[in-house]
Amino acid sequence: MDYRVEPATIARFVRERPFGALVVVLALVLLFDLVAGLLTGDIATATVATYLWDGAVVGVIVGLAGIGLSMTYAILNFANFSHGDMITSGAFAGWVAAFLVAGVGRIDVGRLVILGGRNGINAGTLGTSVTNTPLAILVGFVVAIVLTIALALLIDRLVYRPMRDQGAIALLIASIGVALALRYLIAFVFQSGLRPVTATDQIPRVTVPIGTGGINVDAHEVTIVVVSLLLMAGVHLLLQRTKLGTAMRAMADNEDLALITGIPTERVVRATWIVGGGLTGAAGFLVVLERGTIFFQLGWILLLLIFAAVILGGIGSIYGAMAGGLVIGVTSRLSLVWIPADFGTAAAFVIMILVLLFRPTGLFRGVTTA
Amino acid sequence: MSVADATDRLRDVFDGNDVRLVVGVFLGIYVTFIAVSVLLGFDLNGTVNTLRRITFLAAAYALLSLALNLQWGYAGLFNIGVAGFMAVAVYTTAILAGAPTASPPGLGLPLWAAAIGGMVAAAIVGAVAALPALRLKADYLAIVTLALGEIIRISVLSRTFASFSVAGLQLGTGGGQGISIPDNPVRGLYYLDPSNPTAGTTPFGSAAFAFFDTLTVPFFSGTGVNQTVVVGWTYALVLLVFVGLFYVLLRRIGNSPFGRVLKAIREDELAAQSLGKNTRAFKIQVFTLGCALMGLAAILWQGSQGYTSPGEYLPIQTFYVFIALIVGGAGSNTGSVIGGAVFAAFLFEGPNFVKRLVGHLFDLGTAPNTIVDAVVPIASLEIGPFLTYVIGNIEILRPVFLGVVLIYLMQRRPDGLLGHRKEIAAAVDLSKRGETDG
Repeated sequence: MDYRVEPATIARFVRERPFGALVVVLALVLLFDLVAGLLTGDIATATVATYLWDGAVVGVIVGLAGIGLSMTYAILNFANFSHGDMITSGAFAGWVAAFLVAGVGRIDVGRLVILGGRNGINAGTLGTSVTNTPLAILVGFVVAIVLTIALALLIDRLVYRPMRDQGAIALLIASIGVALALRYLIAFVFQSGLRPVTATDQIPRVTVPIGTGGINVDAHEVTIVVVSLLLMAGVHLLLQRTKLGTAMRAMADNEDLALITGIPTERVVRATWIVGGGLTGAAGFLVVLERGTIFFQLGWILLLLIFAAVILGGIGSIYGAMAGGLVIGVTSRLSLVWIPADFGTAAAFVIMILVLLFRPTGLFRGVTTA
Repeated sequence: MSVADATDRLRDVFDGNDVRLVVGVFLGIYVTFIAVSVLLGFDLNGTVNTLRRITFLAAAYALLSLALNLQWGYAGLFNIGVAGFMAVAVYTTAILAGAPTASPPGLGLPLWAAAIGGMVAAAIVGAVAALPALRLKADYLAIVTLALGEIIRISVLSRTFASFSVAGLQLGTGGGQGISIPDNPVRGLYYLDPSNPTAGTTPFGSAAFAFFDTLTVPFFSGTGVNQTVVVGWTYALVLLVFVGLFYVLLRRIGNSPFGRVLKAIREDELAAQSLGKNTRAFKIQVFTLGCALMGLAAILWQGSQGYTSPGEYLPIQTFYVFIALIVGGAGSNTGSVIGGAVFAAFLFEGPNFVKRLVGHLFDLGTAPNTIVDAVVPIASLEIGPFLTYVIGNIEILRPVFLGVVLIYLMQRRPDGLLGHRKEIAAAVDLSKRGETDG
């Protein structure tokens, strides 16, 4: 195959999409700058490697959380703004369970069930980590999944089902209402402080030497990457190998056609909430495992990044969500080579806006259904 | 006559006269809050101050709802980055008008010029955002505008821009510390030196303060209204005048050929295009104008307190404006004003007053520290601690309440309070022809 690009093609692109051309030029300049910096030693290899690894960890979680959002977006046809707060709900439910398993008998149950209230519980005393308290982490993980599924089904029954025939914007606005209610109910119950949940200093970690420095990899990060990849593989099998998966893909593709074909759409919708909700809960639990702290706004803050990942990958495409998550995660970290730390998130938003403007179907155009 | 007939008749009366409807709603709000103030045992000054706060918030939300109504109600542009455009306008104004010696330093322009600069800045950001974004589907536009709003908030919050220099001029946003806005001109009406009330009052100020200082009203305890309350009320009245100006402007836009195209775009963009209208140009224009008006509304709002910080521009601020607009009914200017007033008085301030009323009328004791301490006593049929906890945390519960209201409205009354009204696009009201013929 011939991969050469004719000069005439480039000229036409520049003429027709001047802004697009500008973006391409900018991206090339940054890439050149990065390579040049690495070669001259102005930018340490270890720094870039650390950014890449941190970005990949964030990206995997964002991708995992994005699958649920992408599925509901494709099958129910609306942008679910309460998705971030479903993540938070899953995280809080899971960590309450983990705390109970890890701390019962040692610490007052009344403090465990609210994760220590305003000031939290000294995480060192509780010692929650994958290696110290594997059972607590496992129970927490399962509870996060189960309770988020239950919550997703309840909200669908109460809010979205009576509105099935309404437009995407009406559902979107209703989901903003759900988001507000969920987020502040969590704050009402658990109070609003940021508090530690994992025993950060007790997690085993290794330093992988790269160049003059090295990257720190800890057990929680490895756990997150492995578990997320396993869950993604599971979703892949579900969508490709089962009848339910086929029905879901059919519905995402063309709902009317799916109805005519006799696919029980209401049952598929329920299955979507179950799979999407479960992954969302898992992502919520894992993101807290990685950060070591829990906060009632954590999901809402992640939401735009998740939207960015989903849009980048193409709405409805779960592989797109995964790949988009990686791109967004790496962007938000790698951009720190050039810009101050408080703009990492802003850089990811800019990437999303650019994708929406220049390629609204996402990077994986044409693969809108899984 | 059934209840339905009665409400229909009521609607007919009010439909003919929007001013009467708005005045009626405001009167209702005032009567409610005077009653609340009396129950709370406020004296005259306290009651007047309560009404000032309600009026101020109602006017601020009415202004923002009117601006949003132009974008969403008229043209169907779903902009959820309102807070970001507000921030652009207020920060630009603050930087342009700030004294060069202040920290962060400003350019020292007169306030009116700075406010115009702020509106222009909001309009420019709106236009730049609209140029490419309006090609997108409504839900994509929502995500883009929300992300843009967050980028703006992150920028004004960041330490990088807390102080910077452009062409040798030292400027800054103040970062997380916020930035000061010059004293509002209303103070200049009363005080010789607006920033220093002790420097003396103007002749008008002396007369007004002398009158209000000795004012007594039957049935209210206490004598006189504080100077700060008098000045605050004046500012609230200025805001109400702006609500009137916005209303007239939007009504004129709505009834102009330009407005008819906007409504056509909202109803069926393809049809409007088929009639040869450049719908994209119309959308960009209306988006830009809407952003400028939002900017002005934000400047008027934040200008009252002499200070602003990034915490004022969280996305939830946008959602508040949306709730106000949806309560009133998107697409209706009268609805926007009423929605702003009802939202500010009952949904936004209501929970606070419930808390104070309950605290005043019942002796609740101290609230439990955690929900566990509040819930455990319920097992022994003691509901007191839980109620105290709810009342004590009512600020946190307010967004929950607003979220539920939003869901309820979208399910039951997506058209809001004034949703039954049809905007007449034609110059002659065709629906009324039957009455004269028959």
